[in-house]
Amino acid sequence: MELATYIRERRQEKELLIMAHVVCGYPSFEENMQALEIMEQAGVDLVELQFPFSEPSADGPIFVRANEESLKSGTTIDQCFDFMRAVTSRFTFKVLMMGYYNTVFKMGEKDFLERLSAAGGVAFILPDLPIAESVMLRKTALSRGIDPIIFMTPTSSEKRLSELGAASSGMVYVVARKGVTGTKSNIDAEVVALLQRCRMHTDVPLGLGFGISNRDDLQVLRGTADVAIIGTAALKTWQNAGPFGLRDFFHALS
Amino acid sequence: MDIFDFSSGREGYYGQYGGVFLPEVLHNTIEELLHCFRECKEDPDFWREYVRLLQNYSGRPTPVTHLPNLSSHLGGAQIYVKRDDLNHTGSHKINNVMGQGLLCQRLGKKKVIAETGAGQHGYATATMAARFGFDCKIYMGAVDVARQRPNVFWMENLGAEVIAVQDGQKTLKDAINECMRDWVLNMTDTHYVLGTACGPHPFPEMVSWFQSIIGIEAREQILALVGKLPDRIYACVGGGSNAIGIFQGFLNDENVELVGCEAGGLGVGSNMHAARLAYNDASVGVAQGYKTYFLQNQQGNMLETHSIAAGLDYIGINPIFSYLWEQDKVRFEAATDLEVKEALRLIMRMEGLIPALETTHAFASAIKEAPTMAADQIILINQSGRGDKDIFMIADALDDQQWKSFIKDKATQYRLEEN
Repeated sequence: MELATYIRERRQEKELLIMAHVVCGYPSFEENMQALEIMEQAGVDLVELQFPFSEPSADGPIFVRANEESLKSGTTIDQCFDFMRAVTSRFTFKVLMMGYYNTVFKMGEKDFLERLSAAGGVAFILPDLPIAESVMLRKTALSRGIDPIIFMTPTSSEKRLSELGAASSGMVYVVARKGVTGTKSNIDAEVVALLQRCRMHTDVPLGLGFGISNRDDLQVLRGTADVAIIGTAALKTWQNAGPFGLRDFFHALS
Repeated sequence: MDIFDFSSGREGYYGQYGGVFLPEVLHNTIEELLHCFRECKEDPDFWREYVRLLQNYSGRPTPVTHLPNLSSHLGGAQIYVKRDDLNHTGSHKINNVMGQGLLCQRLGKKKVIAETGAGQHGYATATMAARFGFDCKIYMGAVDVARQRPNVFWMENLGAEVIAVQDGQKTLKDAINECMRDWVLNMTDTHYVLGTACGPHPFPEMVSWFQSIIGIEAREQILALVGKLPDRIYACVGGGSNAIGIFQGFLNDENVELVGCEAGGLGVGSNMHAARLAYNDASVGVAQGYKTYFLQNQQGNMLETHSIAAGLDYIGINPIFSYLWEQDKVRFEAATDLEVKEALRLIMRMEGLIPALETTHAFASAIKEAPTMAADQIILINQSGRGDKDIFMIADALDDQQWKSFIKDKATQYRLEEN
């Protein structure tokens, strides 16, 4: 429950926390570090480090390309963990591993948790691993103080939300809309209603992601979500406007 | 054995293979699909309607043909082939898509999406969509679009939208990823017509069920023709739908040996093949919604695959086959590109049959083994597709000079018309 406690404590001072996203090794680890430096200065509270995978089927075009380019330049899992270690010892934000289940499956669930723990990661997000397939992994993770992040979605029935709620810990990742990452969502009353539905089924903090890109979105979320998750919009900014653009982007959010 | 009896294990699992590995947002969709499929499977009227549809639309039952010339040339077993190449659209793919079309009607959905590699499944899906009045979108790797223009031509003329996928290796697996991305957005009114017995449960079971019509017919036909069961059955395995289709007719027959034939590409050790089980390069992993043997590296990233036959050029294999292979119920062999070309020449000359390049892999393996068998033994090959419509691919494979100069002349003619 380390993550939930961290989020709750930060929430004493801030109405809405920010979780940012970095694809390890894209465009390069050096640039990742530079981006994270900017995020830290901007007061970002949490960061997901995505381990690149060859079949990122839950991601949209920008992250798909980023996964592809990263692998093409030779990014390995060892490098990702080393990088995570470096990041967690340098910055104050909490770090979550994000990736696809095969990465975990191939190295073995136990090894994965050990390495994640050693690298200072506090949680993991695996969008292609449903709760029915993750019973053992979640159990082992919790016993090591690592939180498996569960998704709740607009298509989830009340029955499903209660199953998901029962499996949740650390934080729930609420998906703002159907589809993959990277397309703009309307962060509106419907999203607020979704967050309220999710709130009925879990006590852990709620993060909202998919298609959040500006201050107005954040304004809508204040009071209903605990964490705003910003992924593609930041990477797009980095690609188009570099470090200065990214600085301005995060400044404009706060 | 009933491989689809999950009462003693986990639903959707064949040994440790199969399962459902999908984003949470698809949970309800896949549950709804499973529920509808269970209803269909338990409803004898559904199966009757399915069979009737294939009989009057696709020409089923397809015959079993004896190949006396090839048999005596090889001097061993008697070779018979199940002629699924005689189906409308030229392959067994139509069985699965017509079944899923009926199911899609029951689901009340009006749109279908499908992935395609060689274009066979896309072509069949576009045909089904035209017949049923569904909107149809086909995702196809950009590399495949470039090398399979004739199938793209037919899909588009049948009213489908063909989308060239630019990600990854730009082939079948990338088309599947793109279908998933479409599905997570449009699942409310869209059914994903997966083309092979892979992907998340219930797709392997569902596709296998529709394709089981091949084995049901073949068993009856071969018994009527020769009065006994075949000794060995050969079928090519890409995803593995035609093979599981014919094998299901014989799974409980102890003395029938089942042989799955994979794409050996440039051969053992070349790293340019799609032999998941016949060679030692694959390992168990989770991708594209299911757990099975994948051609992947140590880190779990998928490897590049290669085959002369685009329809076999795929990283994963039907999870049921991973299990049946482990249980020694199915033997796996691979045929190389070179062996396939030679086999194709032989079959055309000796029997006047033109199997698809995919199907020719099954012939190539059978041709290797037939001479070692006795004259009273029976081989049955599933001729899953026909090759004459793949004339561009086959002409390339056979390096036919006359064809090349014809295409050059044609190109010149088009250029002149433009000017």
